[in-house]
Amino acid sequence: MIRGRAWKFGDDVNTDVIMPGKYLAMRNPELIAPYIMEGIDPDFGKKARPGDIIVAGKNFGCGSSRETAPGGLKAFGIGAVIAPTFARIFLRNAVNIGLPVLECPAAAGIREGDLVAVDVASGRITDETTGAIYHAAPFPPFLQELIAAGGLVNYARKRLGLA
Amino acid sequence: MGLTITEKILASHAGKAAVEPGEFIIARPDMVMGNDLSTAGAIGVLKQMGATKVFDPEKVVIVFDHLVPAKDIQAADLLKGVRQWVREQGIALFYDEGRHGIAHIILPEQGLALPGDLIIGGDSHSCTYGAVGAFSTGVGHTDLAGVLALGEIWLKVPASIKFTYHGTLGPWIMGKDLILATIGKIGIDGALYQAMEFRGPALATLGMSERLTMCNMAIEAGGKSGIIVPDGMTLAYVKERARRPWTVYQSDPDARYVAEYDFEITGMRPQVAKPFSPDNVVSVDEVAGTPLDQVFIGSCTNAKLEDLRIAARILRGKKAHAGTRLIVIPASTWIWNQALKEGLLEIFAEAGAAVSTPTCGACFGGHMGILGAGEVCLSTSNRNFVGRMGHPTAQSYLANPAVAAASAIKGCIAAPEEVGA
Repeated sequence: MIRGRAWKFGDDVNTDVIMPGKYLAMRNPELIAPYIMEGIDPDFGKKARPGDIIVAGKNFGCGSSRETAPGGLKAFGIGAVIAPTFARIFLRNAVNIGLPVLECPAAAGIREGDLVAVDVASGRITDETTGAIYHAAPFPPFLQELIAAGGLVNYARKRLGLA
Repeated sequence: MGLTITEKILASHAGKAAVEPGEFIIARPDMVMGNDLSTAGAIGVLKQMGATKVFDPEKVVIVFDHLVPAKDIQAADLLKGVRQWVREQGIALFYDEGRHGIAHIILPEQGLALPGDLIIGGDSHSCTYGAVGAFSTGVGHTDLAGVLALGEIWLKVPASIKFTYHGTLGPWIMGKDLILATIGKIGIDGALYQAMEFRGPALATLGMSERLTMCNMAIEAGGKSGIIVPDGMTLAYVKERARRPWTVYQSDPDARYVAEYDFEITGMRPQVAKPFSPDNVVSVDEVAGTPLDQVFIGSCTNAKLEDLRIAARILRGKKAHAGTRLIVIPASTWIWNQALKEGLLEIFAEAGAAVSTPTCGACFGGHMGILGAGEVCLSTSNRNFVGRMGHPTAQSYLANPAVAAASAIKGCIAAPEEVGA
């Protein structure tokens, strides 16, 4: 179970603001983690805490395919990202590296600062501040298998006969 | 029931007779592209996967474009690591400094992206290759590592949207204007997870450069891919470049589309995307007069030879405005050399432009033209999000190269007619 405070963002949050281009040559996710969401809120990395949850609008993660965007969020310790829809490359990247992402339009009812609990396996999202319960759309079986395998690295190891 | 070109290409690469939108397939690509950044990321993931060899070195192309020539020590070390890995893997299709350029221009130009191909690229603008009738899409570096290790990738078959362009192109109207108008109409997620198929009588008159620009920006509407069914223009372009056979697929007359849009382009004015989104599109006339600190003619979207020729036609014998910096970055080494031979670089230099060796550079706020606080730029590139080209308070407008050249002369956003073009 993932539990943290909710941070709200609008529609079409793009990867240029999640992780600006100037950090692209930095390969270590731990080093870029403090700068997440810098393009929208330069202080986000100071205000947010590991375990916190991002609740955003539609098309989260659009734009550049840079994996430093979900990679930075994961390295920071963001517990999960909840949005009505995700841009497709961001969604693939997040699933591949094990950053929990949940598609749930109704979760827009969550307010900034609410304490939110997420059960990734069942897709159940509980706003513990208001008591509201939401259910994320389940991923297709193929993606669920990939998630259950622990992401693409483990999946590839299996396909290569190494695990 | 008929199939779209996208469905036919995906079916053939998944060993199936047919596929349906929404279906998950395992597909084997003809070509896999990594750039400096995504390859560096993928090398680390390949180690975690335990994969010591790429699936087929002849189906892998590595292009240095984002950080080249090395912009700082970090970049130099990154490029060094990738060079060493490329040597170890025996990858011959390697475009290092001196042969380099922006991957999305190098692949079609060098005949590495062909009709009917399935191409996976470690960069979001890998959708560009759809202009030759290939299915191509962008992925992150973990997916890139997966496909390099396995020679296969999982894909969800996208539904297709049909975009039909009617009418006649006016003066200075380019592929960029058609795609900006399209993104402006359907929005930044208007084609989310879907294939954008561009067609129609107006499109048939467009050259390959314009088609590449249109497919390049499919991602700006959330598209998984952009594609144009090959015609005589495509085949003439491909024939002089290809080093292996290719397959031409058509969309069946009874193929299924989830949506259809028609555009009448007769009388269309040049289009401009205002800050801070590529779907914030207006006519150039609505923003004419906006003062500019910088004009950038570059990127995988609009720095092809044809783009440079159009910019040079307007800039010939003229000077960039004293208060406006003009930066011109040809998209590939071949284009740079051609532009030199044709005298285009001289025209730019005499206009007061800073002309650079090929690189993605300023487009992603990497180097070679980063914007300071509050600065305003007109760019021929593809994205104008907050902080994209530099400081979060800087603003970028996106337009075609003719508008860029005219705006550089005027020092503010201007239609080409305003400088007598």
